[in-house]
Amino acid sequence: MMTTTLSAQQVSFARDGNLILDNADLTLTQGELVGLIGPNGAGKSSLLRIMAGLQQPDSGQIYLSNETHPQKLLNDFSGRERAQVLAYLPQQETPAWPLQVEHLVGLGRAPWHKPMSGKSERDKQAIERALEITELQSLRQRIVTTLSGGELQRTLLARVFAGEPNIILADEPIAALDPYHQLHMMELLAEHAQQGGAVLAALHDLSLAARFCSRLVLLHRGKIVADGQPIEVLTTENLEQVYGISAYVDCRDDGVVIIPRKRVV
Amino acid sequence: MLQINISFPQVVIILFIAIIAAAALALNSGAADIPVLQSFADIWSGEQSLGATILGQIRIPRLLLAIIVGATLGMAGAAMQGLLRNPLADPGVLGVTSGAAFGAVCVLYFGAAATAWYWLPSAAIIGALLSLVLVYLLAGLHSSMLALILAGVAMSAITGALIAVALNFAPSLYAMQEIVFWLMGSLANRHWDHVSIALPLAIIGWLLMLSRSRFLDALSLGEESTRSLGFNNHRERGILLFGIAIGVGACVAVSGSIGFIGLIVPHLLRPFVGYRPGRLMFASALGGALLLVLADILVRQFDSARELKLGVVTSLLGGPFFLLLILKTRSRWA
Repeated sequence: MMTTTLSAQQVSFARDGNLILDNADLTLTQGELVGLIGPNGAGKSSLLRIMAGLQQPDSGQIYLSNETHPQKLLNDFSGRERAQVLAYLPQQETPAWPLQVEHLVGLGRAPWHKPMSGKSERDKQAIERALEITELQSLRQRIVTTLSGGELQRTLLARVFAGEPNIILADEPIAALDPYHQLHMMELLAEHAQQGGAVLAALHDLSLAARFCSRLVLLHRGKIVADGQPIEVLTTENLEQVYGISAYVDCRDDGVVIIPRKRVV
Repeated sequence: MLQINISFPQVVIILFIAIIAAAALALNSGAADIPVLQSFADIWSGEQSLGATILGQIRIPRLLLAIIVGATLGMAGAAMQGLLRNPLADPGVLGVTSGAAFGAVCVLYFGAAATAWYWLPSAAIIGALLSLVLVYLLAGLHSSMLALILAGVAMSAITGALIAVALNFAPSLYAMQEIVFWLMGSLANRHWDHVSIALPLAIIGWLLMLSRSRFLDALSLGEESTRSLGFNNHRERGILLFGIAIGVGACVAVSGSIGFIGLIVPHLLRPFVGYRPGRLMFASALGGALLLVLADILVRQFDSARELKLGVVTSLLGGPFFLLLILKTRSRWA
């Protein structure tokens, strides 16, 4: 069986004369939870948007392959075909209307809807499953504008799960959440990867990234400067050069702990 | 947040029943006192009674137009609010109606309308489409209230100026008066001709708008999300805007500009459909039809030489409502 992969090859992207991405190569394979890390402005969001097909790079290609489409250009997929395989969770997604949780989650089924037909049995099952794994069943009738930040983020992730994508690209899914909800979100993403999905998430919390991700990709000024296991990527040298910080890095049995100490001038 | 637990079919059935009741009332109201049931029987049997003529040639077309125009304006309001993600959007407030009215005025009073039937609706639709695209360019980039209000102000200024030009060059004082009255919006003295112009175009508009229900639902999450969900935003938006323009243009061509229906109705019905933009379009069509039929009944109660214009009544209702909405949504004005 073909594995599902999403691969960016020599992607470059400039905006207003600034080079945002410089020859970035990144391949995401199913079963992986990959953390995309780097300081603000390193190009994480741009890379995610380009890999999600929402932004065209200036040069380079994105390939998406699975059982049915071996090594096919992402641009050659129809929007609907792409959305059935690949989902994108934007950094800030604020619902415009006070919808109910289950209706918002149901929006994730859009790539599977057939014209002129209602919700299918499969739609209902997928929504139910998404609510179940994100533990939102008790909140299903709640109005999304009354949810806490953590609950809302979980609802938006449930929206992504409802579409049954194989690949999830998430832009800072745990920013602005309390530790409990950060852990919950990371667990859900890791679970998705364990069950044969692939996740690429832009992250700022290095300790959580190291703890949950099977692989980290470090972006610095549009270039990928390190790509590998957390322990190989999060070296004191990398942290100093890329983030400009001196940090305390401790490798323990249950993961890597990073405590930033001071700025390096 | 007001949340009312009622199923969608229930909402639809209640609105349907209300429309039928209002329609019965509408057929009973008018200057002449006619036996409605008897007149129906006369129409059925082909008898040329006075009642049959009044009912068949005056009241039924007027009622149908109220339903068509109300439904279209209601649905168009819901569609615009969904598209702009903004509860203050409305074809009237944002100058789409006046754009259409300007197009219609041009052909009505400068000759072309008489040469072929399609000039009037075409000009109105083009006027609606142009102003709609302008509004979208001005307000569509941000979903902020301020951008929308400013777009509305700009559009009012533009269409106001254009209509002033039309008045300025009106061929006669009489024509000028005609234009002013026509702009106020009314359903009086309309015939089956008007129905046959408005209905087919309105239906096309409805179908185009309703076919994009799913897109509007998904758009609750923002444009980036709809794209990532596989929608082709340009295409979906284009179809919606076209549907709104055809519907509003066709209505304005037969009724003049009747404002605020598209603002009031979706706002009132939103809690009943769980705030879902797709369903809101259908519900607002029914609600719009109901409101306009009722308003048209109200208009006919003031029986005088000078007819109270329907558009004036809806504006009197809608203006304060608009103000209230602005006050209510003040907190979102960033």
